[in-house]
Amino acid sequence: MHTNTRILANKFEYLDPKSLSEALNILDEYQKKNIKILAGGTDLLVKMKTIELNIDYLLYIKEIAELNFINTSNGLSIGATIPFSHIIKEDKIKTEYTALYEAIQAIAAPAIRNMGTVAGNIGNASPAADTVPALIVFDAQVLIESKQSKRTLFLKDLFLGPGKTVLRNDELITRIEVPEVKPNTGSAFIKKSRVKADLAKINLAVAVQRKGQNCENCKIAFGSVAATVVRAENTEKLLEGKALTEELISKAAQGVADEIKPIDDIRSTAEYRIAMSREMLQDALSLAWARTYSEAKPNLKGGGE
Amino acid sequence: MDNKINIKVNINGDDYSLEVEPNTLLLDLLRNKLGLTGTKLACGTGECGACTVIMDGLTVNSCLVLAAEVDGKNITTIEGLSKNGELHPLQESFIEEGAVQCGFCTPGMILSSKALLDKNPNPTDEEIKIAISGNLCRCTGYKKILKAIRSAAQKMAC
Repeated sequence: MHTNTRILANKFEYLDPKSLSEALNILDEYQKKNIKILAGGTDLLVKMKTIELNIDYLLYIKEIAELNFINTSNGLSIGATIPFSHIIKEDKIKTEYTALYEAIQAIAAPAIRNMGTVAGNIGNASPAADTVPALIVFDAQVLIESKQSKRTLFLKDLFLGPGKTVLRNDELITRIEVPEVKPNTGSAFIKKSRVKADLAKINLAVAVQRKGQNCENCKIAFGSVAATVVRAENTEKLLEGKALTEELISKAAQGVADEIKPIDDIRSTAEYRIAMSREMLQDALSLAWARTYSEAKPNLKGGGE
Repeated sequence: MDNKINIKVNINGDDYSLEVEPNTLLLDLLRNKLGLTGTKLACGTGECGACTVIMDGLTVNSCLVLAAEVDGKNITTIEGLSKNGELHPLQESFIEEGAVQCGFCTPGMILSSKALLDKNPNPTDEEIKIAISGNLCRCTGYKKILKAIRSAAQKMAC
């Protein structure tokens, strides 16, 4: 593949609607054409430069004011164009959606977090996306709109494979909805990457809800270990209804590698990913379980190594 | 296929009305059209931070921003830091502490530091490291860079 990231050689027509309805009209009209949606640009422009993508039309949505919001009054409602760095200013993300806070802090570097968006991280459909496992353990849903329709999907049901989603060409992710976190819930996100700013070799989010001494509800989602982000549902079932003792967490870690299907690629090997999945699950579960007892104390470094 | 776009943008305090191509990057605009070559191009993929500029108070990688996107924005580049021939305290400190080796990362490094100090005048070492985590120095002079940023913070507090 020819690569010259010094220039953007792709010639295209730039469309910059100022309202959502205008944007949906454009997508409706251009759905059979070679059009892409630009928000933060931190993935899309790289692909356009490396000629993985050559497009005819670019729909720039970041000036659509009605998509640039975050609302924390009932759960979380995250607009499609609000950058990561604005989202994590909300205290509620840090204290209640700790795994999401840690996932965002683990993304690349400040300038990228000033540009990139959650909807873009989702729509890009990378199996290594950091926000996706964190949003999935909080049962996030995405609102998808077109000129003709409006539908809501659980985030876990959006992905078909690397770079592939169930989105139609006339559809736009307009917001992400996350329900309120139940009382006595703790969560954690851990990522292993070569240096902190890199993409994940493997990442993991867990959320556990404690009732008395036992784990009432448990969600585990791994990234970068299969074609899409995956839930470890058998391990979740093993843990539910029991106290998360060191012995039980250790037992869960033994089995968890059976639930992932990692490959060797440019960033890591299947062997490393399998070995790390066990260690990371133990760390993340212990951390999340401890957080069900106390105020969330997220790691400011965001879990990168 | 491609259309021309008219933008109005404030760069280092000066207003510009410009016509740009859709595929012109902010970086191209600064370097090639306006001659502001202090902003550097290295990786072109948002990993190295050499092209860092400040847009409406926040750092961005100008190699991944279209010129068309900056309509109505305020941009600060390294050329905008000195005032009336006086260097910005960060520029002074980088020189005094020997934090400049080949110099290619320096503009981005200083702008990331400025964005930090503008919001957080007294940062911890950890906060400084996070702020410049997207700026790679391949001469690996990070210790002196850290020292320069600390020293600039002290100067700016006085």
